[in-house]
Amino acid sequence: MTGREAVNRRHGMLLMAPTVLALGTLTVYPGIWVLWLSLQHRIPIFGVSRFAGFDNYAFLAFDSRFASALATTLIFAVTSVALEVVLGVAAALAIHSLRGGRRVALSLLLLAWAMPAVVTAKLFEWLYHPTAGLLNVALGGHALNWLGDPRLALPAIVVADVWRTMPFVAVLCYARLLAIPPEVYEAAQVDGAGRVATLVRITLPMLGRILLLAILFRTLDALRAFDLMFVLTGGGPAGTTETLTVYAYRALFQTLQLGFGSALGVVVFALVMTVAWAYLKLLRTSTVTA
Amino acid sequence: MRRGARTFADALVLAALASYAIPFFWQLLTSFKPEAELLRVPPLLPSQLTLAHYRAVVEKSLMPQALANSFGIAALTTLLALAVGVPGAYAVARLPLPGKRFVLLAIVASTAFPQIATVSPLYLLMRALDLRDTWSGLVLVHTSFALPLTVWLLSGFIREIPIEAEEAASVDGAGLFGLFRWVVIPLLGPGLAATALLTFLFSWNEFLFAYTFTVSEASRTIPVALALFPGVFEVPWGDIAAASMLASLPPVLIVVGLQRFLVRGLVAGAVKE
Repeated sequence: MTGREAVNRRHGMLLMAPTVLALGTLTVYPGIWVLWLSLQHRIPIFGVSRFAGFDNYAFLAFDSRFASALATTLIFAVTSVALEVVLGVAAALAIHSLRGGRRVALSLLLLAWAMPAVVTAKLFEWLYHPTAGLLNVALGGHALNWLGDPRLALPAIVVADVWRTMPFVAVLCYARLLAIPPEVYEAAQVDGAGRVATLVRITLPMLGRILLLAILFRTLDALRAFDLMFVLTGGGPAGTTETLTVYAYRALFQTLQLGFGSALGVVVFALVMTVAWAYLKLLRTSTVTA
Repeated sequence: MRRGARTFADALVLAALASYAIPFFWQLLTSFKPEAELLRVPPLLPSQLTLAHYRAVVEKSLMPQALANSFGIAALTTLLALAVGVPGAYAVARLPLPGKRFVLLAIVASTAFPQIATVSPLYLLMRALDLRDTWSGLVLVHTSFALPLTVWLLSGFIREIPIEAEEAASVDGAGLFGLFRWVVIPLLGPGLAATALLTFLFSWNEFLFAYTFTVSEASRTIPVALALFPGVFEVPWGDIAAASMLASLPPVLIVVGLQRFLVRGLVAGAVKE
């Protein structure tokens, strides 16, 4: 028995070694390296490379561009996740109510989710075109400059993001709905519960846990979102769509401030981890009460 | 009457979902519209359909090379992630490991890792190893980034395999390799397919790393080529539409043809814990 155990342990380590090696060299090691980079002034084109302590982080405290990017990131994450959840639940209920054609329904929905975000950006750039865009035509020939107007650009990007990621929420909810045993609904019918009562008292509570998970995944993704704003507006107009990720990227690869850009990357990392930790705590307490 | 009402409700739902996909269908229509009619809307429908934009993209742009790069990089990433991930997932699911709780925590935590946080050190690493602008560089980076989810999904699927099958194999004296060859991989079937599809899609769609670590058409993937699509005097909307459709072809085929596996993978990723 102990011999068997020892063999299993050895096999376990052997089989795990490639995964540990890959994650170690290409995720954990860069993860530590970026902390080190963020403590430096490093601007390769000027040959600047010296230790700076917490200067980069101290600078952020008074950087109005950082404050604005942080606000944009949070507004983007909260509004797009809220819309995705509401629309996602509605779509899941709608698909669940179908008697036929569910496969087609899921295909139509998942199309938006499966394609590259850069393609989504191109689709919406065309829809938002000031003169020939379908949206302005549908609105009766207005010439609104969706991506060029500082008041419209962020909402326009939120819409594109919601379009792309709502199907993820919908599919998770739909799968949960399939798992609710029909007896539950029959019992509700026997008790004389109407459609609204069934929805509010039975269906939505059953979705609670999967929704919390979907919100967690979607929030983490929204805080890290980059592709859509980078391709659609590059952070403009007037910085109104510049999230922390876009600010970090521009600092790193456009103004070539390797140290400062890394500090911004670390902030995004810390933000994501804090939110994940807080959410998981919330999830745990909610399972205890449920 | 009731029956008619339900059919009507079904039609309504399907119509709503079809209109949800309008951004895609509009671009599809645009890709077949004659150049002269692109900026003249309404009318919504073109007077005739043309393949001119596809011809321009295939013959005059760098898209064909980008498609080839994307296929190669996504396929190699999928293979490598599975080759590394299947044994790792088996160890997580079935074998005693020192520090297993820590390993699991690290895997879950790294699924939340933002790419923007590691892009600067990885850039320096790629430069130091001379892997910038190569397939290998992107394959390595994509694999490591996809790996946590791959291991996570696969370990869930492996737990569903009846343990008796594995015990029988070890009684028969199949070694570690035989166990994977004859038991784990064949029984993993649909789960393996689901994981492979999600990994492939991740690599096909990934933009931030691909944009940063590529320099030329030697390794530029489809999202990068699309983001950088050149226009000389004006934006070539028709050509961009055609290129977008080519870029979404594999995802669309997967959604339509392999939906069962895709949904299985998506749901497993969220529910298994």
